[in-house]
Amino acid sequence: MLSRTAANLYWLARYMERAETAARLLEVGERMSLMPNTEGNRNEWEPLLQAAGTYAGFKHKYGDAVQRNVESFMFFDRDNPSSVATCIAGARENGRVVRTALTTQVWDALNTAFQELKALERTARSELPLTTLTEWTLRHTAQVRGAIDATLLRNDGYDFLNLGYFLERADNTARLMDVKYFVLLPRVEFVGSGLDNYQWTTLLRALSAHRAFHWAYGGEVTAGKIAHFLILNQQCPRSLRTCIEGATTHLERLSRGYSKSTAAQTKVRKLYGELAELSVDDVFDEGLHDFLTRFIREVATVGAVVHEVYLSGDIR
Amino acid sequence: MTTFFNEMYEAGATRAPYRQLDAWLEAMPAELRSLKQAEAENLFRRIGITFAVYGEGGDPERLMPFDMFPRVFAQPEWRRLEHGVVQRAKALNLFLSDIYNRGEIVRAGIVPRELVYCNAAFETAVVGFTPPQGVFSHIVGVDLVRTGPDEFFVLEDNCRTPSGVSYMLENREIMMRMFPSLFRENRIAPVDSYPVLLRRTLASVAPKKCTGEPTIAILTPGAYNSAYYEHSFLADLMGVELVEGQDLFVDGEFVWMRTTEGPRKVDVIYRRVDDAFIDPLCFRADSMLGVPGLMDVYRSGGVTICSAPGAGVADDKAIYCFVPDMIRFYLGEEPILNNVPTWQCNKRDDLKYVLENLGELVVKEVHGSGGYGMLVGPKSTKDQIAAFRERIIANPGNYIAQPTLALSTCPTFVGEGVAPRHVDLRPYCLVGDKVTLVPGGLTRVAMNEGSLVVNSSQGGGVKDTWVLAE
Repeated sequence: MLSRTAANLYWLARYMERAETAARLLEVGERMSLMPNTEGNRNEWEPLLQAAGTYAGFKHKYGDAVQRNVESFMFFDRDNPSSVATCIAGARENGRVVRTALTTQVWDALNTAFQELKALERTARSELPLTTLTEWTLRHTAQVRGAIDATLLRNDGYDFLNLGYFLERADNTARLMDVKYFVLLPRVEFVGSGLDNYQWTTLLRALSAHRAFHWAYGGEVTAGKIAHFLILNQQCPRSLRTCIEGATTHLERLSRGYSKSTAAQTKVRKLYGELAELSVDDVFDEGLHDFLTRFIREVATVGAVVHEVYLSGDIR
Repeated sequence: MTTFFNEMYEAGATRAPYRQLDAWLEAMPAELRSLKQAEAENLFRRIGITFAVYGEGGDPERLMPFDMFPRVFAQPEWRRLEHGVVQRAKALNLFLSDIYNRGEIVRAGIVPRELVYCNAAFETAVVGFTPPQGVFSHIVGVDLVRTGPDEFFVLEDNCRTPSGVSYMLENREIMMRMFPSLFRENRIAPVDSYPVLLRRTLASVAPKKCTGEPTIAILTPGAYNSAYYEHSFLADLMGVELVEGQDLFVDGEFVWMRTTEGPRKVDVIYRRVDDAFIDPLCFRADSMLGVPGLMDVYRSGGVTICSAPGAGVADDKAIYCFVPDMIRFYLGEEPILNNVPTWQCNKRDDLKYVLENLGELVVKEVHGSGGYGMLVGPKSTKDQIAAFRERIIANPGNYIAQPTLALSTCPTFVGEGVAPRHVDLRPYCLVGDKVTLVPGGLTRVAMNEGSLVVNSSQGGGVKDTWVLAE
């Protein structure tokens, strides 16, 4: 497969997953802003932008983190490389270039999302409550994902798409968990309080994993259980371990298909091995924020190696 | 008052090839027709069959107007066209091979020296070079018009990268989906072997350094090119890679594709990029569309470029006048298809005649295409004619003129029902170790009443073209 084709598929997937995360982040922000404010000047929207890694860009353009501005920035703003609009347009453009590597159904789902996005951009903002925007995004990202799973040939293109999805999702789950860190940072005594639990629950809801958590762990919500669920549980579709396992599977498939193993397989196996050995206590010993920061960096390294050995076409 | 040959009716009766269509037309109430038309447009849009028109504003991804009324040829009519087109494609390739080598046709005084060697499309980089199988132009699109039951004229030849073949294939697909009964009742020769034939043709011109199964790729300028749909469509149907310049590089004696498994050698490139852009080291240095060093590999037999750089000399409107002579000179045969009588404004007598008769003639720029830069005398105002006269006098060598032909018409669905509209035909002749043609081509139709200009950039549409089996 042409390196450029593989790169377009990989980025198509990353953009779709990133659009989904932007919508989920907005949902976390809104739910957190609905809870009783016990802290005086506490602002729920700033930590969200910090977790997304876009706070500086936002501050520069909009100033205060009020809901309407955050919505504009995270959903509509084409200057924000992680906004839903930027990501959907980017995914569609990548798809258009590799039309021949996609089924009609995948293209249809992508193109429909893009056409509807353009309609949303023309709609008065007063007619677009936040839930409409987040639900719209989740519906369309699911449609594209579903079309890929239902119709696409299981060849190397499918592996590059999935690699994009899993690496982006690993990064995004880590970032979503970090919101929690940024929110809680000021006051350590909130740990274990009702407020703390409300925040953890909100995070679960945003990941559409609220009920799944209860099925897996029973009624009680604790930081340890949620951290276990989102980092180490193999049943959770967005846990870090599941994502890295997925990335490993698809990289292994590539090396079998090409009869050639590369630095990408070595790198991802090492990361997966580490996660498989890990306990929640290890994570808290290291410090959740420090662990997540390190993990995000590791995932970025895997991405860089994948780019180098498969997508750049420069390896002779 | 000119009378036009109608493809379907002659002397009040339906011509034989169209007889089955009588009943079909009869059974088509207006509501069904608009329903089907909407269905066809929807199919075109969903599949993404569009073409781009630059610089006119509006939607840059336009739908090609599609007319559901097919154009039909009986087998004997088609045979003759086929032989004529094959003969022409052979002569054009012999001409190209000749002028880049010994130049015998020039020495024999048949084609003027300056028309060949001063031609903008003449490529010094391939002088003395003979490509595999001696083929320079691998896909020859011949534009034909009809003026009577047995009268066909060649309007022009396209020896570089003739486009539109995807419409030929898609028009057929859509007609078969919408009107399966028509295909049950008529014996319509299939055209869907075209991609297989194209692939076989490209493989047959693999370079001499290629051992084993040749790797073929289509080179496109990219997703913003007006014919991108066609490029990806053909790549898909042939099962070959669609590459951009950035996907290729030259290393050693060969051209390579950048793939996820490392470099892969490319043997045959069907390029849909103009000569000027294929190699910045050889042609335009500012172009990012091509591959640096490609021409060196080409000349040393490491890769085949289809069509060969420099093939454009043969489809020039000035060279066109000499194609019948080429057929006599190289093949020793009489041309089966006639040229339209053509006046060349660089000849003094011809220029005089043209200037005196501008009102009746069609005047074209030698290098123009797409229906731009032409004067249709009978359809023009006095002012337009006067303005064109100035342009011709200023640069006579840039113009040729032809009589206004009585282009045949074919029934076409228009707003108020069915009405005759002018049509032309472009069959696609494939030239490799064999010279082949699928039974069909692209019929273009001038959708506006009375218009003789069928180009898509000028509001022309397309029709399915049938060749009835024996």
